[in-house]
Amino acid sequence: MGDVFVLAEHRRGELREVTLEMLGKGRELAGQMGGSLKAVLLGHGVDAFSGELANQAHEILVVEDERLEDFNAELYQKVLVSLLTERKPTLTLIGHTAFGMDLAPSLAAELDLPLATDCIGFEFEGGRLLAIRERYGGKLQARVSFKGSEQYMATVRQAAFPIKELEPLGGQIVAVDSPLAEEARRKKFIEYVEAAVGDVDIAQSEVVVAVGRGIKEQENLEIVEKLARAMGGVLAGSRPVIDSGWLPPDRQVGQSGKTVKPKLYIAVGISGSSQHLAGMKGSDTIVAINKDPNAPIFNVATYGIVDDLFKVVPALTEQLSGG
Amino acid sequence: METVVCVKHVPETAEADIVIRGDGRGIEEKDLTFDINEADNYALEEALLWKEKFGGSITVITVGSEDANMTVRMCIAKGADRAIRLDDARFAGSDSYAIARILHAALKDVPFDVVLTGIQASDDGYGQVGPILAQMLGLPHVAYVIETEIVEEGKLARVHRELEGGLHEVVEIELPAVFTIQTGINEPRYASILGIRKATKKEIDLSGLDALGLEEDEVGEAGSKIGLEKLFFPPMGERAQILEGSPQEVSAELVGLLKDKGVV
Repeated sequence: MGDVFVLAEHRRGELREVTLEMLGKGRELAGQMGGSLKAVLLGHGVDAFSGELANQAHEILVVEDERLEDFNAELYQKVLVSLLTERKPTLTLIGHTAFGMDLAPSLAAELDLPLATDCIGFEFEGGRLLAIRERYGGKLQARVSFKGSEQYMATVRQAAFPIKELEPLGGQIVAVDSPLAEEARRKKFIEYVEAAVGDVDIAQSEVVVAVGRGIKEQENLEIVEKLARAMGGVLAGSRPVIDSGWLPPDRQVGQSGKTVKPKLYIAVGISGSSQHLAGMKGSDTIVAINKDPNAPIFNVATYGIVDDLFKVVPALTEQLSGG
Repeated sequence: METVVCVKHVPETAEADIVIRGDGRGIEEKDLTFDINEADNYALEEALLWKEKFGGSITVITVGSEDANMTVRMCIAKGADRAIRLDDARFAGSDSYAIARILHAALKDVPFDVVLTGIQASDDGYGQVGPILAQMLGLPHVAYVIETEIVEEGKLARVHRELEGGLHEVVEIELPAVFTIQTGINEPRYASILGIRKATKKEIDLSGLDALGLEEDEVGEAGSKIGLEKLFFPPMGERAQILEGSPQEVSAELVGLLKDKGVV
């Protein structure tokens, strides 16, 4: 007992990083729970992945089936219900991704297991596993427990745990017969659609000036645009600005938009949700302008200005233009 | 086309100071303003667009106290036809699973082609209620929906799911089904003055534990699978160097610092 299962996530022939992040953390947790770490790999023609995973887990359970070539939550759920019922791992980790969140909640409900989503940490208290997750857009964190069950599940935030160089485990690859008897009936994968390419690639710019919810109205964007020009940079935005249609989707910085790593990133009126931080925290120098001193953006920024952006941005633009 | 939209009345915390309650398991709400959860507002708009195109009706449903009337009335003001509020002191402390169970009990007598929820609530951010509800209803679901097309009413939809890095996945799904709606899918409308006036007079259906035929241990903390132990402020990482002074002073200092680094 005490086994930890990690569901491998892959897309279009590539293993996604969250898989290795979960395996790193999973190894630690399995050690603490006195069990072994098993990677669960579902797919078609995924031998290359099983090799890659072999050193990261004690065992790699591979379900090979051509119906599993592209992600399909309906089929994944069927396979995992069978696998988890039979093998009863104590903890199952799934990525908190578009893939994982189409699957984990209904899977947990079918198995009648507790599921904590978007976890950023795990702790033990008197032998009991607790998960750490955020609330209120990262302004608070919560310690949560898994109730009334010997088995539990968690979805794990992307980039919450580092990919570590660990001692190779040389795990055994175990082929598991596919329990699927038929095609997906109710839900079918059709195709992938790439984002439209615009005239400016914000990922190529050395200076990115990004604007968020704090700008309040579309008309106000102009002051930030002026700052971007004075800085010699490009104008980008966080999700709420793109959702409102004030900037085109190719200007979005964050998990569902672009990841940028400029020399200078200026966040104007952006509180800094985890999804936004994932897209910009690799920038060399980060400046945050926000009137809320508790905004999570100040935890990743190099320099912070806690004040009204409508006063600071014009002053900063003038300072740059004047010289 | 019959649509059910599940909505949540949530505190606006993006720019507010948050104070943790004495027992560590909630926040002080008295100084906060509340509104419809942002993603739920996009879900409502998607339902309104379908209603304009296909006809039919929209039922808005919420689990919440009397304060949540404000949110469901605003949905009616925008064009929803009916509102159901599920409220009972024994619902307090319900996790996503227990909330889904309450909604499931209430949907027994409501006809629908599609149930919509926002992809997650801005307060606790679990993102689970929609898919758990689908599982309880025995229906398929699609999470993270960013575009919808009803191919054949009551039978088939083709939807785009938002994946990471600007990639979309196109999925075909049989109806009835549950979709969880991502923000930015449409442009939510504002309510008209006339709509708001009509909504104030509208009766809101109210049900509690007994009317829903649920047992006390199926809801609240007893019926939950995840327990909230304690809330706390995030550990301070390496915080930014905060520049102090007037806007002119901080601007001059910042430009100096950036010049020293050679980034401007």
